[in-house]
Amino acid sequence: MADVTVGDREHRILEIIETTRAKRPRFKDSQVTMAHGAGGKSTQTLIEGLFAPAFDSAALAELGDAGAVEVDGTRIAMTTDSFVVRPIRFPGGSIGELAVNGTVNDLAVSGARPVALSLSLILEEGLGAAELEAEVEAIAAAARTAEVEIVAGDTKVVERGHADRMYVCTTGIGIVDGRAATAPTAIRPGDRILVSGEVGAHGTAIMLARGEFELDADIESDTRSLWPVCEALLAAAGHGLRCMRDATRGGVATVLNELARASQVTMVIRESEVPVAPAVAGAAEMLGIDPMYVANEGQLVAFVAPDHAEAALEAMRGVDGCSRAAEIGEVKTEPPGMVLVDTAFGGRRVMDLLAGDPLPRIC
Amino acid sequence: MSSAAGLKFVDEFRDAELGHVLSGEIAATVDPDRHYKLMEVCGGHTHSIYRYGIDDLLPENVELVHGPGCPVCVIPMGRVDDGIAIARREGVIFTCFGDMMRVPGSEQSLLEAKAEGADVRMVYSPLDALRLAKANPDREVVFFAIGFETTAPSTALTLIRARVEGVNNFSCMCNHVTIVPPLRALLDSPDLRLDGFIGPGHVSTVVGARPFEFIPADYGKPVVISGFEPLDVLQTVLMVLRQLRDGRCEVENQYTRVVPYEGNLRALEVMSQVFELRPHFEWRGLGFISQSALRLSDAFAEFDAERRHEVPGVRVADPKACQCGEVLKGVIKPWECKVFGTACTPEHAIGTCMVSPEGACAAYYNYGRFASEKVVA
Repeated sequence: MADVTVGDREHRILEIIETTRAKRPRFKDSQVTMAHGAGGKSTQTLIEGLFAPAFDSAALAELGDAGAVEVDGTRIAMTTDSFVVRPIRFPGGSIGELAVNGTVNDLAVSGARPVALSLSLILEEGLGAAELEAEVEAIAAAARTAEVEIVAGDTKVVERGHADRMYVCTTGIGIVDGRAATAPTAIRPGDRILVSGEVGAHGTAIMLARGEFELDADIESDTRSLWPVCEALLAAAGHGLRCMRDATRGGVATVLNELARASQVTMVIRESEVPVAPAVAGAAEMLGIDPMYVANEGQLVAFVAPDHAEAALEAMRGVDGCSRAAEIGEVKTEPPGMVLVDTAFGGRRVMDLLAGDPLPRIC
Repeated sequence: MSSAAGLKFVDEFRDAELGHVLSGEIAATVDPDRHYKLMEVCGGHTHSIYRYGIDDLLPENVELVHGPGCPVCVIPMGRVDDGIAIARREGVIFTCFGDMMRVPGSEQSLLEAKAEGADVRMVYSPLDALRLAKANPDREVVFFAIGFETTAPSTALTLIRARVEGVNNFSCMCNHVTIVPPLRALLDSPDLRLDGFIGPGHVSTVVGARPFEFIPADYGKPVVISGFEPLDVLQTVLMVLRQLRDGRCEVENQYTRVVPYEGNLRALEVMSQVFELRPHFEWRGLGFISQSALRLSDAFAEFDAERRHEVPGVRVADPKACQCGEVLKGVIKPWECKVFGTACTPEHAIGTCMVSPEGACAAYYNYGRFASEKVVA
């Protein structure tokens, strides 16, 4: 360590690794495993190595939460999402509510005001009528709150054992808001990194709801529409708002990594500034997981030009459920594509994409 | 993380200011002309060191090397193959800890066997596996037990409970290992140069401090048993360095809030009821080590998955490119391995050290890279 050549050698090897990492991943696995659905590196391989090249769409290639098309001078954002969460009801929400908010949020963080949804249900033979009715009501209520209309739908029933109670697919369209042109490529060195509130609640709530840990804590899913906070950001920061992402599967850490790669910048996060509810931090500590990798269903990460950061933060804190919004870090230039963390303890480390599958079927 | 009341006791051990005080004391203790090489035996320490960036708080001439104390990392390929053979049997529900599922066998991992139809499930404790057996009386539930003396007592208690409750569709494939034999093997290996040990805290809660006395007595190296929070590790480094400065050489206990000198007698007693020593056991990268692992005693033979199900039991050589053995012995740094980070990554691991979050390679790959890099504004 002390001698210089060893340090140089280590550095050279690290550079080779970064070159390997920066290459477009190729899908070489012999079969699909649960890891391909976990939102980490395997999912990235599937999307960038198989889907994106096959469909060859410029809008898709941006790998945003929603794609945009222009129809007669109006920019329309479109997105789709499937929900397979188990159990279907959990503290703070249920699969139906998630299916509305998840799709609404993909539109909202793309800077589009959500307008309409389609709803597709895959039901398992034997599903109780009361359960179905409860979910339909949850869907209706969430759509009312988010001010979107459900304008189309489809139903399929499969034999018992061929689905787990119910799966919900929603597709949404929204009108792109003209106040900012948000995109991963708009992120600039010096931008501030903001989160809309406490992270890690949804994934932790699901984990505990499964009852596999014999651990009790008062933790509820944070599922809700993000359009109010997106609109507040658009109003407060305008073109100073560079990019937004909802931190769902894979949590804030995954979002930061995806964007660092897409925009070839470095993100430096101050661990001590990341808001985490005490109950979530406690549960995560016991389970040995990092809340930064845990899914949220009602939190976003926003990148804002430095001179707009204060106003943006102020605006976010004024929105219901975002009182603990915080600035957690800053965008830098070197080494590109990396997320680094200044630990609360005064050290520094890398925060990479997760390779494994911490918890399947959370959304 | 900003957190409050619930984590009070944890946060106290992560206080950055105290960390800098300790860091200063360490700097004042070392002889600037000497290079110090300390081994942290336990994977939990490796994880902590990278997770909190503890390396950054140490002087350049204090080097931490990673030892063999990661339970997943030491599992040889043949044992994974045996597990998969059982998992593929009709009617079997095969259970293991999460990170074990991604460990490569000679052909595939348990995760891949699951995708091909084997019923492999992740559990968080052996009791979860027993519960699964009770809920599925028409299935055979097998628990793939791994770990040092830290986890062996919970496996033992689960087996005792299975017998008391008469759960006869439950069995255990035992891969429990013991901490002292690999340390002795390591100390006997000629290519090793170490100045002292950061002793394994979790294992010591069970075995106590006494079993490590042979290290200062026979090999003349200090040992300090350590907790896992960043301040624990820093204080331990300071205690080892002070022993070296003062010319002392003994077993000290930094982790007194958890580790009693005599260990946990009740846990040791339970283990001796259920387990007996295997004559020898293969360790990944370290080869066969005598009396280094546990199997179920004859009294618990009916719960022994290896006696209930036929397994190939074939020894599979480690892949040629893989240098996990040298990494586990602390002979090379993770990045010095020929395949590190290119052919061997956490998503496509060749070696076990790249799989478990406690593995030296995975910890370095996930957290350590560019740790000392200057960020350009």
